Amino acid sequence: MNLPLRIGPQGQLWGRRLVIALPYVWLLLFFAAPFAIVAAISISETTLDTVPPVTPALSSTAYALLFEDALYPAAYLNSVRIAAIATAITLLIGYPMAYAIARAPAGWHGPLLMAVILPFWTSFLIRIYAWIGILSENGLLNQVLRGTGLVENPGSLLGTEWAIYLGICYAYLPFMVLPLYAALEKMDLSLLEAAADLGARPWRAFLTITLPLSVPGILGGCLLVFIPAVGEFVIPDLLGGTETLMIGKVLWDEFFLNSDWPVASAVAMLMLVILVVPIVFFQRARARELTKDQGAAG
Amino acid sequence: MKRALLLLATALPLVLAAGGAWPQDKVVNVYNWTDYIAEGVPEAFQKATGIEVNYTTYDTNEILDAKLRTGRSGYDVVTPTMSPHFARQLSAGLFRKLDKAQIKNYGNLDPEILKALAKYDPGNEHGVPWMWGTTGIGYNVAAVKQRLGDAPVDTLKMIFDPDTVAKFKDCGVMLLDSPTDVLPAALLYLGLDPDSKKREDLEKAADVVRKVRPSIRKFTSAEMINALATGNICLAFTFSGDVLQARDRGAKAKPSAVEISYAIPREGSQLWIDVMAVPKDAKNVAAAHRWIDYLLDPKVAAASSDAVGYASGNKAAVPLMKKEVSEDPLIYPPEAVRAKFFTVSPGEQDYVRLRTRLWTSIKTGR
Repeated sequence: MNLPLRIGPQGQLWGRRLVIALPYVWLLLFFAAPFAIVAAISISETTLDTVPPVTPALSSTAYALLFEDALYPAAYLNSVRIAAIATAITLLIGYPMAYAIARAPAGWHGPLLMAVILPFWTSFLIRIYAWIGILSENGLLNQVLRGTGLVENPGSLLGTEWAIYLGICYAYLPFMVLPLYAALEKMDLSLLEAAADLGARPWRAFLTITLPLSVPGILGGCLLVFIPAVGEFVIPDLLGGTETLMIGKVLWDEFFLNSDWPVASAVAMLMLVILVVPIVFFQRARARELTKDQGAAG
Repeated sequence: MKRALLLLATALPLVLAAGGAWPQDKVVNVYNWTDYIAEGVPEAFQKATGIEVNYTTYDTNEILDAKLRTGRSGYDVVTPTMSPHFARQLSAGLFRKLDKAQIKNYGNLDPEILKALAKYDPGNEHGVPWMWGTTGIGYNVAAVKQRLGDAPVDTLKMIFDPDTVAKFKDCGVMLLDSPTDVLPAALLYLGLDPDSKKREDLEKAADVVRKVRPSIRKFTSAEMINALATGNICLAFTFSGDVLQARDRGAKAKPSAVEISYAIPREGSQLWIDVMAVPKDAKNVAAAHRWIDYLLDPKVAAASSDAVGYASGNKAAVPLMKKEVSEDPLIYPPEAVRAKFFTVSPGEQDYVRLRTRLWTSIKTGR
């Protein structure tokens, strides 16, 4: 180890450079390099049983297929639709939760946040399998429904789109709650007092003050839920029905049934493009927010 | 002092390895299906040979496939299913040729199974059969009796005749989510060659499945065993192994047992074989051969079949098995049933793509 004992101006500069460079090195290694490999495979020639390393070729066969067959656009659209609905539901459930935690007595914040994160300590797959046990025909939910005597023959939620929403909502709720909590918690409560003094009812104060101030949290939480939900494979496969068409399943079929790495890679590339759009949108919104803040301060 | 010893202990193997003084592989990395071997076999192998076994398991062919195709899996022995996985991996050049001289127990293998396997691996140069079984109908005994009385169950009509399948819609029907298993059976149901590679035959087979689609709750490969054993479904088209596991689990179900049984279609059944093979980039090739040889010992193979309830590719093991296994006609079917086993070849890229596309359209209507 050759760490300098005395950090002079020179050392400080290097230290700073190192700190700045680290995330870039990380991105280069774990994002750019795999991305380049996938991109290279997506434009290679399609042959049965392609195994990397592939021979690079400037072939557009894989991409052409994605536009020729209506299946792929349909799968993309459906994935985005399901992810958007699931994100909206998660927001509707997550917002009151985050709000309640942020406004709870100070000593409660830690334990309540812990309770939100705690399910993560159990394997994701086991938790989704548990939902199969709850939702299936002879599952817990239907046993309870039959037990109440109100419903004689309840249908099974399992295998419907609602089961997918439920699964995504359940699995990703903490990703929604945490950014929302962060945004709500740092809010200056005297603003609400001022609003009350000026005659605003609580609901109006919420709509004109709390909600706009929590927009960064809403955006952050929604992206954290939406982006993984678009490419989600496990939840629709286990909880959804056979007729649910999502891009994750299409990718699986290309990879394992067709052994077609170029098309599978092309599907993945397009998915990335679809996901980059909301990220750019998010960054723009945040940049606007920042300049607005600076404008207000100055 | 302790520290110095530790240092010496860690450094010594390195020195020896570097000097090439290690005459034999000291370790073998085995990747096998879950619940696919008698308990204690890796330990007994280690005791007998001094070779340490890193035994890890998987439960879908796809996981193994992904690891093999991306390379450097680190495994020395793997057990993919013959068709399409082993066949496709073989054509992708992922396996090493076996040195049969090193496998003394090779002669114990069942010639009938070897012959079926040779269709994909000419001369059986790359793979050794471990266990095998059939593809057929798993059913809830009470549900079938209630709906069909004493009508025969061992027919493909159970899953492809729309009127018959519709009777089971309310209690749940699942088919394998696998075009390579369901479509050949549909071809056979139509009286066509199950291994036909004609496009129009494939379309006809897809139509058969489309007609029963409204009665099918789900196409799945992962949930069959549990769904049958808990009584959540009453009819399934799947591998014999799945149903036999569901039968055992259902018998122990609480609060009341669920009676599950299996029927091999009289029209014919697709044979599956799980094949032991050595990846091309395996590091411990000699140890891999010794492991395969050890598993082919009739006593070891018989104990494993006893434990998991599958038929063994090892003929010499059959007399050593429990009678419940070797005399169960669902595990070891009689000659007349075996004569109608079939296998299908992998097919060309265009054909495979069309098949997958038809399959997606059957499932999603798109």
